[in-house]
Order: sequence, then C-alpha cells, then structure tokens
Amino acid sequence: MDEKIQNKPQEKSKETTQPTIDRLVVSSSPHFSTGDSVPKIMHAVILALLPASAASIYFFGLNALLLGLTCVIACMLTEYAIQKIRRKPITVWDGSAIITGILLALTLPPAFPLYAAALGSIVAIGLGKQIFGGLGYNIFNPALLGRAFLQATYPVMITTWSEPLTKAAKHGIDAVSAATPLALMKFVEPKVMTPHLDLFFGNVAGSIGETSAFAIILGGLYLRYKGYINWKMPLGYLGSIAFFGWLFYLANPQKYPDPLFHILAGGAMLGAWFMVTDMVTSPTTSVGQWIFVVVAGFLVVIIRLLGGLPEGVMYSILLMNAITPLINRHTKPKVFGEGNQS
Amino acid sequence: MANNNQSLWHEFKKGLWDEIPPFRLVLGTCPTLAVTNSVINGIAMGLATLFVLLCSNISVSAIRKIVPSEVRIAAYVVIIALYVTVADMFLAAMFPPISKALGPYVPLIVVNCIILGRAEGFAQKHPIVPSIMDALGIGIGFIMSLIVMGSIRELLGFGSILDIKLLGNWFEPWIVMILPAGAFFVFGFLVALTNYLSRKKATETHGH
Repeated sequence: MDEKIQNKPQEKSKETTQPTIDRLVVSSSPHFSTGDSVPKIMHAVILALLPASAASIYFFGLNALLLGLTCVIACMLTEYAIQKIRRKPITVWDGSAIITGILLALTLPPAFPLYAAALGSIVAIGLGKQIFGGLGYNIFNPALLGRAFLQATYPVMITTWSEPLTKAAKHGIDAVSAATPLALMKFVEPKVMTPHLDLFFGNVAGSIGETSAFAIILGGLYLRYKGYINWKMPLGYLGSIAFFGWLFYLANPQKYPDPLFHILAGGAMLGAWFMVTDMVTSPTTSVGQWIFVVVAGFLVVIIRLLGGLPEGVMYSILLMNAITPLINRHTKPKVFGEGNQS
Repeated sequence: MANNNQSLWHEFKKGLWDEIPPFRLVLGTCPTLAVTNSVINGIAMGLATLFVLLCSNISVSAIRKIVPSEVRIAAYVVIIALYVTVADMFLAAMFPPISKALGPYVPLIVVNCIILGRAEGFAQKHPIVPSIMDALGIGIGFIMSLIVMGSIRELLGFGSILDIKLLGNWFEPWIVMILPAGAFFVFGFLVALTNYLSRKKATETHGH
C-alpha cells in the first residue's frame, strides 16, 4: 500500500502538469514525452525567480539576502526531516522546496525577523505540502500558506514596512519605516498615489520581492518562453484585477486608484506570474483556469478597495486554491464517445 | 462480582483513550475548537459538560423502561436542557467572567453530540451504575482533551498556562493560536497523534 503511494506524486505531477498552450492540453492517449521532469521545471522556475531576488537584494540589501537564505534552508530542512521521518524518498533536490522558500521570502517585509521567517517556512512545507502527501498533492500554494500563517501569527511584524535602501540613503540613514503604496492609497488622508514608474521598477516600500514589477515580469517571460506557464493564467489574473479595478475607477476616480496602479502595486505581479500559475494548485482545464483567474482578480479588487486589509492577492489565490478541486470536477472535458448524456 | 467490577472499570476507562470524545469519536468538536483558547475556559467547559453528562445519563438510564421509544429523543433533549440550564445559571451566578468567556457554548451543550450520543448509545440500554461509569469516563476524557488543547493554544498564543507566564519575554506570541485557525491546526495534530499512537499500540499487541 505504502509502496504505491510513494511513487505516485512524481508521476502524477508529470502527467497532469504539462503546461503551456501546446503542452497543457488534457487529452487521451497517444502521448509524447516532452522530456520534462519535475527537477527540470523547478530549476527553470528558480532561474526565473532570480531577477526578482536580485531586485530584492538591490532595494533592501543584506536583510533581503538573509531572509531568502533562511527561508530556503528552512524549507529544505523541513522537507528532508519530514520525508526522513515518514520513510519516503528524499526529494529535497528536486527544487520545489527551494522555490517555496524563495517565494515565501519574497513576500515578507524587509525587517522581518529571521526566526519568524524560519517558522513560516516550516509551516509552508509541513502544513502546506508534506501533510497532504508532498508535491502534487497539496491543495494550497505552500509559500502562500506559510505567508498566511505568518500574517495571522505575527500581525504586527508582517505589516511593518520600511523604505527601500535607495530611498533611505537620501535621508542619510539606514532604514526608514514607511507605508506601502497600497496602504498609502487606502489608509492615508489625503490619498497618496505612488507614481507608476516607481511601482514598475520597485523603488517603493513593500515585501522585498514584490516591489519590482519589472524584475518579476522578466522572470515570468522566461517561464513563458520555456513553456512552463501559459499566457492565460498570469494575464487573465492581471486583466481581471485591472478590469474590476477599472470599474471602481470609473465610478469614482478621486477615491479609487486606476487599473495600472492595481496591477503594479502590492503582490499582484508576483502572484500572477509565480503563484496563480502553480501547476499543482490551479485548475487543469482551460475553462477552469478562466474561472480561477477571473474570480481571483475580482477578490483582489474587492479586498483591496472594500475589505479591511490593504492587500488581497494572497487570500484571493488561497481561496481559489481551495475550490480548485471543485472547478476541476465541474469543468471536466467530455470523454470521447460519451455523447450528449451526462 | 469481580467480573462486574471489571466491566464497570472498562466502561470508565474506554472514555479516557479508546473512545476519547473529540479525538477518537470526533464528537463535541464545536466546544473543543471554540473555547480552548485558554486552559481555564477548557476546564470550565469540561466540568459543565461532565455535570450535564452525568446527570443526563443517570436520568435517561432511570427512565429507560418508561419512555416509549418513539419519543425518546425528545425526552432526552428535555432532560439534557434541564441540566444545561442548571449548569449555565450556576456558572453565571458563581463565575461570571468564565460564563462570559464561554458565551453561547454552555447553552449549546444541549445539542452536544457527546451527551445525546451517550444517552442514545449507552444509558438507554444500561442500568444506572454502568451509566454513571460511562458518563464519568467520557466526561473526564473530554476534560482531558480540552485541557490538552487549551494548554497548547494558551502556551503558544499567550506564552502562559493557567495565566502563569511560562515563556519569557523573548517569546513573541503566535496570535494565530488563539484564533479559530489555530484551533483547527492543534485539533488536526492531536487527532493525527491519537490515531498514530493507537495504531502503534494496535500493531504492537497484534504483532506479538
């Protein structure tokens, strides 16, 4: 019994997660093997995360580097320890734990304590992934689950932001606490709108890896080029955020930010390219993916503009992760020859 | 006689592990999740439940031959509601802060599946003395469960147990543990742990 389960995760993630328009087509046999394997895809994702990681170090310095290292090491150790205890094959080097670590670190504020980051990593891998049976079985995006845990566990620490070093240097000091563009838009009177160009390059306060849209898009384009993500998920998500944001903007341009602000600020970019597109936790069918991104984008705008929190990307994706199995079940393609009966 | 004592002891003991309500029977999970953000709340809730369980088991067992089976559930609910009202008023009069902290969960003991379950599943078919032992076992098992849940959550969520500070100032409380999400985490872990331990126990006894 156990033997069977052991081998399954990798096989499953291979067959159900062949991505891209050409490759992410769920169909009946005969099939070609693309030669992709879990480690190969994961290493491409790690490569794609490098620009965002580099930007985080550029803007937030040593803290960002330490956060990244802490999360990656803690994630790998947790994965190793759990697999060792459960006597499962050790898959630490397939790269998925490294990605979880990097993604989690990128969503943390610059001055976040390292022990808390390590705790978040343990929860991300332990509760987010291994408890469900490992890669391929997790319901939620592990990095986001770790982040959500930290949000509930250390609500003050995780909302303590500081200016990027590039700006702090102007004041001649090391660190200046500051509000994020979304908080400035939402909680400060009169409203402060951060210029789009600053948002695009990342010269603003925020989670270390979420500020620079430019660096994230670079990584995302690389993943698209490699064929591991499709256009639909990231652009659909951003488009949905922009569309619903635009509706609010039309209703009251003084009160609500413009659509471009919505997709450049906060975690929208990182979420769109690296979390919505997670192969395991997003729907496999085309219709299902559309449902996922449209509803998630709607949730982001609702939470940002009407909810109590400044940012809604994390919860929007986690909520949609939760109903992904349902979406998959109800958008199942017809079996060939099934006819009109259902 | 020895045999009789043994079976009484068995009725008592099963509630402490084999049928420990929240973790093995997965009954009474609502109060288990809702009131265990501190140990003292857990103990109060557990005692209130034990009182109601004991009294209702005795009453149901005593009238088991009189009540027609068509209306038995209604009769149980009336009996249970009586004792719940007593417990609720007693707490409100003697321990107002605890009564306030427990909120609607004391009145909700009326629909607690542990109590209805014991009335329907045990007291209705057994004489008074075994019913008492059954109620004591299950009730104490329930209190133990709440204390364990409450200890873990209070320790991590406030750094204290029974308001005694155990973790120093270095410890940054995990707010999540006193939120509902933390209750589900701890509950899940404890269910997994009890299952793991009893499975281990089972293989050990069968293996040899």
